[in-house]
Amino acid sequence: MKILVCISNVPDTTTKITFTNDNTEFNTSGVQYIVNPYDEIALSRAIELTEGGKGTVTVINVGEAANDPTIRKALAIGADDAVRVNAAPRDAYFVAKQIAAYAKDKDFNLILTGRESIDYNGNQVAAMVGEFLDIPSVSIIKKLDIDGDNATIEREIEGGKEILTVSGKFIASCAEGVAEPKIPNMRGIMSARTKPLNVVDAVDAEAVTKVTKYETPAPRGTVKLIPADQTESLIDLLHSEAKVI
Amino acid sequence: MREFRDKNMSVLVYVEQAEGKFKKSVFEAVSYAKAIADQQSTNLTAISIGDVADSELKELGKYGASKVLNVSADQLKTFVNQAYASVIAAAAEKEGADIIILSNSFSGKGLAPRIAVKLKAGLADGAVELPSTDGKFSVKKTAFSGKAFAITDLTSANKVIALNPNAFGVKENATDATIENFTADVKQSDLGTVIKEIVRATDKVSLPDAELVVSAGRGLKGPENWGMIEELAGLLGAATACSKPVSDADWRPHSEHVGQTGIAISPNLYIAIGISGAIQHLAGVSSSKVIVVINKDPEAPFFKVADYGIVGDAFEVVPKLIEALKAHKG
Repeated sequence: MKILVCISNVPDTTTKITFTNDNTEFNTSGVQYIVNPYDEIALSRAIELTEGGKGTVTVINVGEAANDPTIRKALAIGADDAVRVNAAPRDAYFVAKQIAAYAKDKDFNLILTGRESIDYNGNQVAAMVGEFLDIPSVSIIKKLDIDGDNATIEREIEGGKEILTVSGKFIASCAEGVAEPKIPNMRGIMSARTKPLNVVDAVDAEAVTKVTKYETPAPRGTVKLIPADQTESLIDLLHSEAKVI
Repeated sequence: MREFRDKNMSVLVYVEQAEGKFKKSVFEAVSYAKAIADQQSTNLTAISIGDVADSELKELGKYGASKVLNVSADQLKTFVNQAYASVIAAAAEKEGADIIILSNSFSGKGLAPRIAVKLKAGLADGAVELPSTDGKFSVKKTAFSGKAFAITDLTSANKVIALNPNAFGVKENATDATIENFTADVKQSDLGTVIKEIVRATDKVSLPDAELVVSAGRGLKGPENWGMIEELAGLLGAATACSKPVSDADWRPHSEHVGQTGIAISPNLYIAIGISGAIQHLAGVSSSKVIVVINKDPEAPFFKVADYGIVGDAFEVVPKLIEALKAHKG
């Protein structure tokens, strides 16, 4: 089984998000980058599914050379090889088109992504790649089992879950529950240095969205503290002042 | 004098049904789509797929849909991402719609990107406001897991917007909706996924689109202490949620984990009990309209972003809060 896992290079989850240039650009100064946490879940499941010589895992990233340390981290976790499409990612449409162009003639049985990237929070790339390749896509899955050519998937829905099956090639975006994220061990870190990281040229593609400005949430006023023995005052405030109950 | 425009854009909203009914988040998406149709001086068309009674379809008129396309083909009775996307895109083309609105629900998140590719449309998912159409078409959407918003221009001719639950609200706008049957060719290859079972927790409020949420963290010490959290949530009609350490320890299911690597929510009221307020947790809940924090540590960072707070032990405060709520409800 050949699995392709799409990974994003994102700011560490503890990053304080600030912007520069009149709030038109994300302030990258001092930011540590990591493999997008949901993509790590997807990668970990891919490794589990191919363990013991049952297949190979390739990771793909669309980005510039600065992303290579993050890609090496994915190799350290256990991917067999990596591909970087050499282009600054312009938007999800552009990125999905690059991934689809690469995957088109490579005969992957399965493509996985994380449910969303923690920077732009798009849930877009998986379903877009599915559409470009004309294969089924399943978004935000909680569980993935493969038996030969058939997969059984649990997908989250509002207030419950849906269990579905799919045969043949497909793409899915993974959420918590699909796998425990694997932590690279020393052998993984050593071998990651020599595993192949192939850089390929981008195909012609346009962007259909453009972020022009960022805003940060309006700060809240000072907290109104209520003594612990006056819970009825809290109920009153929520009812008559905040008007939420 | 009327402002010159090349062409007013036409609007189509996808209305997702669950067991033949529309939820509040659907009426919210219709209200939002109606406001955009008004911006464009056009009428609003809705498309429903699956088994929905005419009386339920008529309900969409209340929020401003003047036409409802009803797709009731047998093979589309249950959700098939690829086929639903094809049908919605076909309807958009037939209706000449250039703006497609969906609710940013679990299914909406799977559909919107496929529709966007079919129509070569820019997609803004997680929209929180009406688009600004002053020269450019730009949409404010959540980014960095609730730590920021990105003003995103949709530069393509066609546009797709997925609206976050509770961002716009339900707005009545009584219109008499006409219902039309709609059929579109569905390729066999569009039916690749097959639903085997749908499991719904009928006694619980669904978290992603809940208006009220009661959430608890490690301060509760163990899963056996969640009874009072569920009782409080039950009295309020709220969904229950939890912090990451709690779901990591399997005290509560992953589906309840809110925060940067769980789900982001924006309820009207978020009550955090025994949660210190790590930056990753705050990211997922900071767009809640009102935040109440109950924590025994007065230095807990959560108090800095709360509207109301009680410094005290959850095991003493929550039972008293339950009593006060019972008294309030009479």
